Amino acid sequence: MSNITKGRELTFSILKYNPRDPESRPRFVEFKMYETTGMTLFIVLSKIREEMDADLSFDFVCRAGICGSCGMLVNGKPLLACRTLTADYPDGNIQIMPMPAFELIKDLSVNTGKWMDAMSMRVESWIHTNEVHDISALEDKVDPDIADETFELDRCIECGLCITSCGTALMRPDFIGPAGLNRVARFQIDPHDNRTNEDFYELVGDDDGIFGCMTLLACEDHCPKHLPLQQKIAYMRRKLVSVK
Amino acid sequence: MSNIIEGYLGVTPDTRKSRLPARLDWWQSATGLFLGLFMWGHMFFVSTILISKDFMYQVTRFFEGSFIFDEPKPILVSMIVFIVFAIFIVHAALALRKFPTNYRQYKIMKTHTVVLNHDDTKLWFVQAYTGFAMFFLGSIHLYTVMTQADKIGPYASADRVVSDWMWPLYILLLLAVELHGSIGLYRLAVKWGWFDGKNPKAARKRLKKIKWAVTVFFLTLGFVTLAAYIKIGIEHKDNYGERYHPSKIVKMPSCCLHQGGVV
Repeated sequence: MSNITKGRELTFSILKYNPRDPESRPRFVEFKMYETTGMTLFIVLSKIREEMDADLSFDFVCRAGICGSCGMLVNGKPLLACRTLTADYPDGNIQIMPMPAFELIKDLSVNTGKWMDAMSMRVESWIHTNEVHDISALEDKVDPDIADETFELDRCIECGLCITSCGTALMRPDFIGPAGLNRVARFQIDPHDNRTNEDFYELVGDDDGIFGCMTLLACEDHCPKHLPLQQKIAYMRRKLVSVK
Repeated sequence: MSNIIEGYLGVTPDTRKSRLPARLDWWQSATGLFLGLFMWGHMFFVSTILISKDFMYQVTRFFEGSFIFDEPKPILVSMIVFIVFAIFIVHAALALRKFPTNYRQYKIMKTHTVVLNHDDTKLWFVQAYTGFAMFFLGSIHLYTVMTQADKIGPYASADRVVSDWMWPLYILLLLAVELHGSIGLYRLAVKWGWFDGKNPKAARKRLKKIKWAVTVFFLTLGFVTLAAYIKIGIEHKDNYGERYHPSKIVKMPSCCLHQGGVV
């Protein structure tokens, strides 16, 4: 006989929709489940798919908040599902929706990769240099503080929570978004990159770029990696507004 | 020709992006900062009625050039209001760039504001609504004061509030200005990172607290001031149009001059 006591009953309301199926209609479907210790939304969604609805689509890879695949709206808040505990919802009612800023694949699965690829191409997200390096020689030294600052911004996992939380990005799909501006700041700071502020202006010096940001700061407040988006977007704005 | 090239192709003849978006962003901030700070000064000036009618009269006379001219020169006030009006229009035009411009944009922003329940996003919506309201409320007030600059004073202003039926407009305008201005100044500070220091997150929290304190202070001051003008306006209703004569510079009859000349 099992001595495991049942936890409280949780109710999940999950948006289901397949935009590729002409018969499909967007709707919320309710699922009920007993809570277990340390239950995350990853566990919940996996259990729903295994035991209740094999048709439910959602994305997970690492289950540890590193890969950035499982971003979704949980009771309206953009969160990584693998790091979201059901215990954080005292009333036991949890609504889950796909992130609205991205192309919807099906149910909770969205194509963040497509968006991030386009952003990376747009901001030319690679080191630009004319220097020829001898790969057998030691690399040039970099000031440790500057290296730290660069690596800090490199911690972006491209989960898309900042884009989903950004009202400007939702309203204006061409807006480069906080992830894009963070990427520009990362290369602007990196001494290996020889691009000037004039060069960066050509990439994001318009209303779809840095000057489109309305400083709503939801990106700063929802980034699961706590990147300094508020500070770096202000930094890029100051740099690019002074470009002659 | 360069205008046509940039207009159609999106790049200048030397294949660069226009610098104008940067200038527009800067000017939106600069005009907003001016208007926000101007409104602080404006509120302090109009609230001098709470100290005394005489003090409010003296402040009015100061802006009419009492420090240079013997006679009041309301044209000076008209000129100041004209400049403020121009900056107000420029700011409104620049801010229009940020408004939702079609149903889809409005719908997603409205839904997002409600669903996300995020403080700064909600404050942005308040700013958008109050900004839209001020296109009309602010314009009416500025045009009235610009063209009737000679009718500012303890009685004239109170008559305008009560007998000329401006009080409903002033209630709405006061709410719009104080909310829009304080949120705008807070957003400006975080937008450009003016007070970031070593800990931008802590700085933002501090600024947010200051922002709410400023909102409450100026709304309270504004409503108490408006109430004072309404009280004077009601008492002065039967003498509508009569101008205020300050007690301290009323010329005394010659019989009383030996007692000091003025009271």
